Amino acid sequence: MIGTLLNSSTQILASKVAEEATSVSDFPMIPALIVTPLIGAIIIALIPRSRSDLYKQIAVITSVITGAFSIAMLVAFNTEDSGYQFVIDQPWISDLGISLHFGLDGISLFLVVLTGVIFPIALLGAKVDHDPKPYYGWLMVLMAASMGVFSSLDLVLFFAFFELVLVPMYFLIGLWGHSNRVYAATKFFLYTMLGSAFMLVGLVSLAVLNARAMGGPITFDLVEIAKNQAISVTAGRWIFCAFAVAFAVKVPLFPLHTWLPDAHTEAPTAGSVILAAVMLKLGTYGFIRFGLDLFPEASHWAAPVMMTLGVIGIIYGAICATMQKDLKRLVAYSSIAHLGFIVLGVFAFSVQGLEGSILIMVNHGISTGALFLLVGWIYERRHTRQIAELSGLQKVAPIFAGVFTLVMLSSIGVPGLNGFPGEFLVLLGSFASARWWGVVAVSGVILAALYLLWAYQRVFHGPVTEPNKGFRELRLTEGLVIAPLLFLIVFLGLYPKPMLDRIEPSVERLLAHVDAEVDGFELREVKFVAPLPGEVDAGHSEAGKTEAGHTESGKTEAGHTEGKP
Amino acid sequence: MIARIVQDSPVQTLATEAASGTPEIIWSAIAPNLILMLGGVLLLTVVSLLRGKSPSWFPAVWTVVTASLALIALFPLWARVQDEGAQTVMAGAVGLDGFSLFVTGIICLSVIMGALLLEGYVRREGLEGAEWYVLLLLSASGGVTMASANDLIVMFIGLEILSVAAYVLTAMHSKRISSQEAGLKYFVLGAFASAFLLYGIALTYGATGSTNLVRIQRFLSDTVITQNGLLLAGFAFMLVGFGFKIGAAPFHTWAPDVYQGAPSPVTAYMASGIKAAGFAGLLRVFVVTFGPTYGADWRPMVYALAVLSLLIGSFMAIVQTNVKRMLAYSSISHAGFILVAVEASSTQGTSAALFYLLAYTFMVTGSFAIVTIMGRTGDGTHALDDYRGLGRARPGLALIFTVFLLAQAGVPFTAGFLSKFYVINSVVAEGQYALAVIAMVSAVVAAFLYLRVVVAMYFSEDPAAELMESRIKVPVGASIALVIAVVGTLWLGIVPGAVTNVANDAVAQLVAFKS
Repeated sequence: MIGTLLNSSTQILASKVAEEATSVSDFPMIPALIVTPLIGAIIIALIPRSRSDLYKQIAVITSVITGAFSIAMLVAFNTEDSGYQFVIDQPWISDLGISLHFGLDGISLFLVVLTGVIFPIALLGAKVDHDPKPYYGWLMVLMAASMGVFSSLDLVLFFAFFELVLVPMYFLIGLWGHSNRVYAATKFFLYTMLGSAFMLVGLVSLAVLNARAMGGPITFDLVEIAKNQAISVTAGRWIFCAFAVAFAVKVPLFPLHTWLPDAHTEAPTAGSVILAAVMLKLGTYGFIRFGLDLFPEASHWAAPVMMTLGVIGIIYGAICATMQKDLKRLVAYSSIAHLGFIVLGVFAFSVQGLEGSILIMVNHGISTGALFLLVGWIYERRHTRQIAELSGLQKVAPIFAGVFTLVMLSSIGVPGLNGFPGEFLVLLGSFASARWWGVVAVSGVILAALYLLWAYQRVFHGPVTEPNKGFRELRLTEGLVIAPLLFLIVFLGLYPKPMLDRIEPSVERLLAHVDAEVDGFELREVKFVAPLPGEVDAGHSEAGKTEAGHTESGKTEAGHTEGKP
Repeated sequence: MIARIVQDSPVQTLATEAASGTPEIIWSAIAPNLILMLGGVLLLTVVSLLRGKSPSWFPAVWTVVTASLALIALFPLWARVQDEGAQTVMAGAVGLDGFSLFVTGIICLSVIMGALLLEGYVRREGLEGAEWYVLLLLSASGGVTMASANDLIVMFIGLEILSVAAYVLTAMHSKRISSQEAGLKYFVLGAFASAFLLYGIALTYGATGSTNLVRIQRFLSDTVITQNGLLLAGFAFMLVGFGFKIGAAPFHTWAPDVYQGAPSPVTAYMASGIKAAGFAGLLRVFVVTFGPTYGADWRPMVYALAVLSLLIGSFMAIVQTNVKRMLAYSSISHAGFILVAVEASSTQGTSAALFYLLAYTFMVTGSFAIVTIMGRTGDGTHALDDYRGLGRARPGLALIFTVFLLAQAGVPFTAGFLSKFYVINSVVAEGQYALAVIAMVSAVVAAFLYLRVVVAMYFSEDPAAELMESRIKVPVGASIALVIAVVGTLWLGIVPGAVTNVANDAVAQLVAFKS
């Protein structure tokens, strides 16, 4: 059944793509991304419980349509344009200058596409054992809210979606989670809400101070406020801190991370996949969009602290992951380590670091999403996630083990797979601007190999113990569900250029903005002797530049563009 | 509009008014109040004449119609105020401005909700009678008087009409001892609070030579009082009186007992209508009258009340095991949030408070509608454990309750988020960052309380036994009330533009009387 469903979905996808490619400029794409899943949720709510077979189908269809919209946007995206595209700007609460302002640039585009791809996979890949109606309904609400977060260009609108995400996730963990679900769900909700409390005060203060300095009416428009940079340095630093608390909880950064292992472990499989792939990116995306863009000076000022927390996350997450007895908890801690890399790259303030961060944001979503899916399938088969109780699975399920190996290697960051380009670029970028942080972070790569390979060895190698003899091989349907992720793991590992092409203009615009606003800021960039893997034909390096080292390129526009052919 | 204040001195105006004899009364200006009061008195008369032959739904429908008429009567008045500006009628005793009309609207809405809930409630409890509705209408008329009063004595009279009816309503459940206890407690403590308010009024009169708010305002702006101890004591005493009515800490101790003991529909009215009237008085006396001149003196007091209410309300709420008590403490923390807007002492703050009061009316009457339904015969099953498994037994009710709870927690796209947002906006505009942070953090603490109820309804393993057995009946009135509350909660959260514009236009003004 799922096979036919997939077929019909791909047909819809294909026709949608063809349709949208022609009229993409005037069709309200971003509202469609948000409204389509909501319509799905409403339909699910209206279907009586006697037709419970329809819930999953409707959820899958609407999420695939939404995913198709996001891919259509990827296709229609103008790679030359560094600004926001598909912009919609309508007043919402006009007396306070709050508007329904949406738009995508190279930074948010891939997170939207990731959301559009992961949701159908999570829906198809995970089973639900009770109450399908609210389960699929909440997942659709979650999808709409996630799309809204990544495409909002108004502070209040962003905040509203940022908070709204909590509600469906809370119910997903609390109703369909594992043994300790209520504790995990409540902790997740309150932690994030506490962070947001500071952010709300911060964003209102920002808008009020901005309006006062500009002498105009109050506005919460991100683009407008980022352009003005009207508030004082001290105020900017305070407000940045208020934002940073909210994002640090969401990332999560080291001292505020304790909700993550609980939430990820207790969530149902679809919840864990979405948490890891989409939800975790809210914090790092927030740091880029609302930290660097709104507060370039304060972000630069806070960079050493943030990078230190990022590096602590890398090492701490890896060490904790090594210690875990529960496979799902291990993957959860590995996320902390990966997210540490992203934060390091964002606050390294270099083109490579930032590009690498965005690459990791997407690729971590793909690999960790796939890992959670696989761990979920192990749990479905064996009803345990304890590493000690699993053994020798490779002998009974070789294909399963093969898929697991590929995903695991991608998570480790093996060259040729998608985990590598991002981590490499982040390390490169941080070596250029913050060498010692980079040095410590490199050890995280080795630790990642340690905990994942060791876990693999214990679970898949060794003698086949009695309860593991009946371990079922990967089903065809499961294979089909995970195949898009496996394809992306290999494709984006070998050929990240399509992504970099779209990310680079926006990253350069962002850093030029930082450069213009921060006194004494010096854009450091590494020039390559040899081209990056996967960038062979990108012409990223110039033949004449053979010196690997620091080049001050921030001063001139030429410095930014010289990498282009 | 403020410029319309007559330029002559208070003594002269007093003399001319005294000479003019009985003041002219513009009846149309107090039409909503008259409709409520006459509706109450007529209902009493009609039901007495019919001697129990009227159908049991009659008083409820009468009350809803009366309150709706009062609500409709607001529209021409609103148009008049927007066109011609604020006015004062009845020799300067009653003001007609956007603010009083907005609060009147909230009180009428609260009466409608209360009556809809009472309909099924009194039938279930076997306590049918028109007295409930008569008292409800009279209490509302007192609240409207309070909201539109331009004179401290008139305001006090309004407060007493409001309160005395509410004391009786609290004790109306003759079969429950806790209802009587709550009524007595409310009465004794309320009488104390009224005495404090009256004493504060007397001291203010002593310091300013008038009880008329316009004259007080003018006197304070024209005169520098060298020894203002009398006036400050007046502030403090009046704050005690108002603080009691709105349930602000540290004058909140009555609230949990009374909210728990009172019949649930009455609690719904108490948390919305009475609170709105109390805040109307507070805003008009402190923000409008004393705000421009003595803001620096009373704002710290309100600051302290706000912080205490926020902290006590949210922290005490999370240790409760009775849903009605939880909502009582959450109501204290909401009062703290509105006090934050009062502390801003600006027109923006007033609009934020008005929006919050309207939003809270929807959220809290909706919540108490669920509580009323869940109380079942005897109005006694309000323990958190009685809600275990509601999500499975009655998914619709549980979902609606979840909407109200999440709205109160401030989840976006509900009325609760935007009302909190406006408050934060108004207080940050005044540079009070610390207060804004305290308010938001305590909102997170309060969120835990709402989650506890959600957890009980959805996530508990062992549903309450009798919940699965007993059929919970949702009377017609209560279901209409639920629909109104849900629609209002979501409407204010998703398309708030129209209401925010009205709240912004609902400026509180003091205009001198011109005969």
